[in-house]
Amino acid sequence: MIKGDFISNLGRIYGFYTGGFIAFVLLLAVLEQMGVPNRIIGYLFVFLTIAVYAVIGILARTAQVSEYYVAGRRVPALYNGMATASDWMSGASFVGMAGSLYILGYDGLAFVLGWTGGYVLVAVLLAPYLRKFGAFTVPDFLAVRFGGNPARVAGIIVLFACSFTYVTAQIYATGIIASRFLGLQFEVAVFVGLIGILLCSMLGGMRAVTWTQVAQYIILIIAYLIPVVWLSAKITGVPIPQIMYGGILEKITAIEKTIGITKAHTQPFTDYNMLNYFALILCLMLGTASLPHILMRYFTTPSVRDARISVGWSLLFIFLLYFTAPSYAAFAKYEVLTNVVGQQIASLPGWVKAWGQVGLVTVTDLNKDGILQWAELKINTDVIVLATPEIAGLPYVVAGLVAAGGLAAALSTADGLLLAIANALSHDIYYKMVDPQADAKRRLIVARVLLIVVAVFAAWLASTKPSDILSMVAWAFSLAASGLFPALVLGVWWKRANTAGAVAGMIAGFGVCLYYLIGTRYFGMPEWFGVKNISAGLFGIPVAFVVTWVVSLLTQAPSKEMMDFVDRIRVPRGGPVMQQD
Amino acid sequence: MSDVPPEKAAAHWAKTRSLMWTCLTIWFLASFVVHFFVATLNKVVILGFPIGFYMAGQGSLIIFVVLIFWYAHRQNAIDEEFGVAED
Repeated sequence: MIKGDFISNLGRIYGFYTGGFIAFVLLLAVLEQMGVPNRIIGYLFVFLTIAVYAVIGILARTAQVSEYYVAGRRVPALYNGMATASDWMSGASFVGMAGSLYILGYDGLAFVLGWTGGYVLVAVLLAPYLRKFGAFTVPDFLAVRFGGNPARVAGIIVLFACSFTYVTAQIYATGIIASRFLGLQFEVAVFVGLIGILLCSMLGGMRAVTWTQVAQYIILIIAYLIPVVWLSAKITGVPIPQIMYGGILEKITAIEKTIGITKAHTQPFTDYNMLNYFALILCLMLGTASLPHILMRYFTTPSVRDARISVGWSLLFIFLLYFTAPSYAAFAKYEVLTNVVGQQIASLPGWVKAWGQVGLVTVTDLNKDGILQWAELKINTDVIVLATPEIAGLPYVVAGLVAAGGLAAALSTADGLLLAIANALSHDIYYKMVDPQADAKRRLIVARVLLIVVAVFAAWLASTKPSDILSMVAWAFSLAASGLFPALVLGVWWKRANTAGAVAGMIAGFGVCLYYLIGTRYFGMPEWFGVKNISAGLFGIPVAFVVTWVVSLLTQAPSKEMMDFVDRIRVPRGGPVMQQD
Repeated sequence: MSDVPPEKAAAHWAKTRSLMWTCLTIWFLASFVVHFFVATLNKVVILGFPIGFYMAGQGSLIIFVVLIFWYAHRQNAIDEEFGVAED
């Protein structure tokens, strides 16, 4: 693959790819009609999509350090936006978010808001300046701005704490999806997922991950939109679910009143009180703006200008999924309220029975009247997206498409996280701290070995189904926000911030957040002001800001060189501040 | 860089900073303030959407997307005005 040609032909290449994928789905639809069993359709979807990602990963292999770490800084803004979107949207966003909205109603929208609004902070406060700086990793920036290895190590610890549980959860999600659609044993499915992840990332680093993430975005967004567009057309006659679910909400509210459901879908502050709702939004937004696997995507654009616009594209592509999720929830709830609740338990729709058999839907006839009441139906959050094709009466091929989409979402996020962790280990620890004389070849070998080690360890951990690790994923946002956000933002926006202040602030913020998380979860510590564990950043973030501020003012101002350095990252002109080989 | 005179750099940064505060104010309004009034807003219903619900599920998101593109456009214009844009 000739690089110049590849970049200038991106539109055509991904256009062909999208057309090819649609043709593939249609072909499978025809095969299904001809009587090919569902199981084979599932296999074809999973293996062929993984094979495509692997081919892209292998074609994009590289022996150059800057290609491996930042894709040669040649990724156009629009494509970096797509890659960031699939980097960002995890298996849980794809499969579970609509289900959470179904269960939580209005309060669940804290996730929709929290996971989108943070990009405003990325664009305005950080991305362009980090791009101008020209680092390979986030800890690299901290080390240079805050004079050396203590800040680097603090950055690596926070990065590791928030990214490792997250990557384990993604590998777990690939295992769940692969086992459900391939009928493989879960432990085996995890390692199938692992191979998919390694094939994409190992040979080409950031460059390979970028181009597979673009491919994965295209599949995941098609897979997410088709079932609900179809369902909207079926129920309302108009295939625009994001607008049509308004009318559905009205009907839901009316039915809720007649059958006496007190917790209405559109009613605010029923599961979370106002404090927790806003605290969660704040932590998710500031966490978004601090997660290294997201920030490092903006190191790959050709210019500062492109980095800014690229954040806009990222959010636009993310928006397409997140503003659709509430419509999934509304259509599913409407379906349940009209065709499931109030029916004879013996004659429930097929999808309820099918998902009941795998334990994701439970029906218990509490009052033994043979009729299903609202309170007698329990639905797992994953079911809403997975069952929508069946609710809409779509052929099995669409269910396979959804599985491929969920897999794409989980794999792409796992790739990005894994690269963030492995790069911090190989670039920041090995190259910058252990062996600064290492040549390019050796650095890339170390980077790949560490990538495999981290991936295998995460896959092994995922295969043990660690319930603790999985519920800790939500912690990543609070930890990242408390540990990194103040240091990164003040590093750019406040020249007076110095080494002592930043390091003390990172330790204090991260420490308070971790103390609250572990204390409330494992040691029965009472909640402070009733703030839920998931919003621990509400305490960590202000502590980190105040400590950075006070300690910086109490200690010596940064040197003249450092002040000049900050001035240089503030203007786009003049090439990267830090020259990397 | 050395080729940007200090007064020019200071003026550029002042304008950049004021754009930053404008953006953060809009971000704060769309992220928190609007949703503080959800109960009141929910009394208004358009196309079936209670407006408080709509803002959290869609309205604020649209504001975020437009805000970022507008910011990028404005900041690029500021860079050009002070001659510190990339070559």
